[in-house]
Amino acid sequence: MTTTTGPAAATTRAEYCVIACADAWRDNGEVLASPMGTVPSIGARLAKRTFSPDLLLTDGEAMLVGLDGEPEGWLPYRRHLTMVTGGRRHVMMGAGQLDRFGNQNISCIGDWQQPARQLLGVRGAPVNTLNNPVSYWVPRHSPRVFVERVDMISGVGYDSAAAAGPSATRYHRIPRVVTNLGVLDFATPDRSMRLASLHPGVTADEVRQATGFALTVPERVPRTREPSGDELRLIREVIDPQRLRDREVPS
Amino acid sequence: MTDKTMTADDVIARLHSGMTVGIGGWGSRRKPMALVRALLRSEITDLTVVSYGGPDVGLLAAAGKLRKLIAPFATLDSIPLEPHFRAARQAGSFALAEVDEAMFMWGLHAAANRMPFLPVRAGLGSDVMRVNPGLKTVTSPYEDGETFVAMPALRMDAALVHVNRADRLGNGQYLGPDPYFDDLFCEAADTAYVSCERLVGTGGFRDAPPQTLLVARHAVTGVVETPHGAHFTSCVPDHGRDEPFQKLYATTPWPEFAARFLHGDEKTYQAAVRTWHEERTAKEEQK
Repeated sequence: MTTTTGPAAATTRAEYCVIACADAWRDNGEVLASPMGTVPSIGARLAKRTFSPDLLLTDGEAMLVGLDGEPEGWLPYRRHLTMVTGGRRHVMMGAGQLDRFGNQNISCIGDWQQPARQLLGVRGAPVNTLNNPVSYWVPRHSPRVFVERVDMISGVGYDSAAAAGPSATRYHRIPRVVTNLGVLDFATPDRSMRLASLHPGVTADEVRQATGFALTVPERVPRTREPSGDELRLIREVIDPQRLRDREVPS
Repeated sequence: MTDKTMTADDVIARLHSGMTVGIGGWGSRRKPMALVRALLRSEITDLTVVSYGGPDVGLLAAAGKLRKLIAPFATLDSIPLEPHFRAARQAGSFALAEVDEAMFMWGLHAAANRMPFLPVRAGLGSDVMRVNPGLKTVTSPYEDGETFVAMPALRMDAALVHVNRADRLGNGQYLGPDPYFDDLFCEAADTAYVSCERLVGTGGFRDAPPQTLLVARHAVTGVVETPHGAHFTSCVPDHGRDEPFQKLYATTPWPEFAARFLHGDEKTYQAAVRTWHEERTAKEEQK
C-alpha cells in the first residue's frame, strides 16, 4: 500500500463521484441497483456494503449475485423487464444528451431520419423512465451533453412526462444526475434542473459554463459530502483496488 | 413423427425477398449467425428484420439486405456501438421502426397470443411516439382510466433462432443463463427455424432441468445442426463470444471483411476464422 492510494490520501474527484452515485441508492430498500458505467458500479457496491445492504445486484448477465459474486437469483431479460415495470429497480443510465427537464438521448445525434451519429437506439430508456426511478451518470459534464433540446427523447424528462399525462407521470422520477463536476436534481417548482451540490474544487461558474442551458443555481450550493474513512477504505482496497474509477474520471 | 432437419441453405430456400424475418438472441448473444450468413449468400433482399439487434443487423445492413428494421437497439455488447448498423443508418439506407425494449417484448407476446396489440406503460412522452406516428394509445376500461401505448403485434413470416441443443422434431434447449425471447419469436412467426450447436437423439435433453426446453416443436418448421453456428456471438456453455474476432469485424472495412470471410459456405467461413486465429496466435508468439 502506498501513501497516494491508502486511506490517508486526499479524496480524489472520482471518489467524490462514487460517493454521489452511492448516495442515489440510499434508503432505496430491497430494489435492484442497475448501475451503467464504472463509477456508478463502484457506487452501487459501496451502497450495498454500507448503508443499503438490501440492494440487489446483477452479474451483468442473467444472475442476481451477492457481493461475493455468488448467485442468489435469476434475472433473465424478460424478468428484468418485469422488475422495471414493477418498480423494484433504480437504474443509473448514461446519456449522450440530457436537457433542462431531464429528457435523455442515447439513440442518435442529429435528425432521426438520417442521423449524423447513430448511437445505441432508445434501448429501455422509455420503459425505465416511466416505471422506476432513473438517475443519470455523466462522466464528462459539457455543453455537448447538457443541451437545450435533445435530438431523440429516449429517457422521458419531467416536461415530456407531464405533457403525456397521468399514465406517464404516475411512476416517473429522476432522483439525481451525477457528473464529474457535481450533483444535479429537479427540486425546483417547474421541475427544471438545479445544481444540488458541487464536488470540492469545482465552482458554480464552471458548471454553468459546462452546461448548454440556463441552470438553476441556488445562492448557496453545498459541497458533495466527504466519504467516511471506512467508505474510502472500501473503495480503495476492496471494491476498486485497480483504480478503474480514475480512468472514467481522471484527477 | 416429422423429421424437420434440414440444411441452412434449405432454410433460406424457403424464404424470399420482402419477407418479415425475426431473429432471436439479444445484442451479440446467441444469434443464429450461420443462418444469417446463409441469408447473406442468397439473392434474398428487401427484408423487414425484427431483432434485439446485434451483428445480425450489422451484417444484413452492410450487405444491403434491409428494407426496414424493427428494433430497440443494435449493439455488440462489449463494443457498445454496432459499426455497420451505424454506417447504414447514417447513410439512410434502410427504414427504422425504433421501439423500446419492453414495447418490443409485448409486441412479441401479442403476436404469439394472436392479439392485435397489448398495452404497455412505455413509449408515452418519448420520441418513440414521434418517430412511429402509426403507434396508437388505448384507455383502460376500468376505473383507473389510464392511457397506455397499444403496442401492435410483431407478427413475422419467419423466425430464426439458435439454441444449444435440439432434436430432429424441432424441440430446442438452451443451456446458457438467459432464454432471451427465442420461444416468443418462434410462436410469433408463421414459420420458425432453429439452428443448434448439436442435434440430440432420444434422451438427449435429460442432462439439464426441464425448464431449459425453451422451444417446442409445434412452433418449429425446421432444425439445422450448425456447430459454432452463433459465432462470433456468445453461445455459452458451448462457446463464449469470440472477442478478438468481433473486434476484427467491428474495425475492418466491410468489403475487406466480406471478401475474406463471407465468400464461401459455412465450412469455408469456419475454416477462415480458424486460419485467422492461427495467424494471430503465431504473430503474438513471434512478439
